[in-house]
Amino acid sequence: MAYALHFTLTILACWGTAQVLARSTWPWHSPRVAIVCWQAVGLALGLSAMGLPIALGVSAYDLPPGSGLVALFDDLLHNRLPAGVTVLDLAGVGIGFGIGAVLLTTTVRSTHGALRAQRRHRDLLALVARDDPAVPGALVLDHPSAAAYCLPGVKPRVVVSAGTLSLLDPAELDAVLTHERAHAQERHDLVLLPFTALGRALPWLRWVRQAHERVALLVEMRADDKARELHAEAPLAGALRRFATAGHRITPAGALGLGDRDLDVRVQRLLVADEPRRLIVVTALAVASTLVTLPISLFLS
Amino acid sequence: MTRLGDLERAVMDVLWDSVPGRSDGVTVREVADALAGRELAYTTVMTVLDRLAGKGMVQREREGRAWRYRAAASREAHIAQLMLDALDLGGSRDAALVRFARSVTGTEAEVLRAALAAEASGGTAGPGALTGRIEAPTSRRADRATSADEAVDG
Repeated sequence: MAYALHFTLTILACWGTAQVLARSTWPWHSPRVAIVCWQAVGLALGLSAMGLPIALGVSAYDLPPGSGLVALFDDLLHNRLPAGVTVLDLAGVGIGFGIGAVLLTTTVRSTHGALRAQRRHRDLLALVARDDPAVPGALVLDHPSAAAYCLPGVKPRVVVSAGTLSLLDPAELDAVLTHERAHAQERHDLVLLPFTALGRALPWLRWVRQAHERVALLVEMRADDKARELHAEAPLAGALRRFATAGHRITPAGALGLGDRDLDVRVQRLLVADEPRRLIVVTALAVASTLVTLPISLFLS
Repeated sequence: MTRLGDLERAVMDVLWDSVPGRSDGVTVREVADALAGRELAYTTVMTVLDRLAGKGMVQREREGRAWRYRAAASREAHIAQLMLDALDLGGSRDAALVRFARSVTGTEAEVLRAALAAEASGGTAGPGALTGRIEAPTSRRADRATSADEAVDG
């Protein structure tokens, strides 16, 4: 029972950490650390969700979950179950593995879907996108709407629309291209993938969706940081503002696009110079590693 | 880009730029003739068209002993599809792209979807319509800069 309690406490700790992460503003100053924390929360939560029913299932052995599982399988193989193990216990173990299987298959399906969409997108780009001397190394789509994005992969592509070329001045354009290359280099698509997959598996869970939104914003901030390392803050902030207002001319007042609040936050943080606070960063990393270590050590013991 | 990718693009350009009156498609021979400058073998052109058909980019119909090929969708429709993906309006729930910022408005989304719907119902916009729309934002550049500043001040 003590082990099941351990897993329960880990789940509660994950929930608490997620609340803190979602509500505080320090992640905006150290997006990379915050991303690691979200990943730790996700991993620990997944492992604990598997671990809790398994720990309950093997509680009859009075062993840690890892050794308990080994003992259970050994007994199952030799067709001798101790009297303490009931059908309910076996169901618990089954549920634990079931949760693991669901998490794994949704991730695989999500990856597969993303790869297929990327291949299709790449094929179409090869036919209709063009090179432009104004944006060396990037592809241009002849369309008046403003869009800039990264098609991730082994051979990543940075794409901007003709609308973006006319919307931004050269310095702003450079900053945006660096931002997109940062996405490609650091494989931010892979950072987002598990959160997208989880959102697909549990679409009714509000906080899963929130976690995905948070991580998506942090990934943008991380890329913003890479862009401001190479260029100044001003062009990047300028580009963000132009994107935020690009729709004004053709939409009735008030009909702003999605993610406007996030754009605002990103601009604000570029304008206010604030050093990451070391104590918070160290604490956050310590909490993250503790969260992950707890369920893993239970499984390995 | 690979040589094959390059060829696919050249072949698609031929299909897209073929005389509108010939909407029933072109033959492999006609495509090869249009690309005469590249000195391609007939079989090479056929292979490229085959690959494009496999990807769903061209449709073909048998006419007598030869196939006639035409583009499955116009260049503009493909661009509209890519833009829907780019602006996260494609309806995909998978994290296929990483975007700089989402600033799209409802009207833009409607315009893009309308472009695809028009394509599906058979009417294709001429190339002039597209370039005309691209020109517009350039001339509005100055207004836009001021409106951006106002938005931040306010």
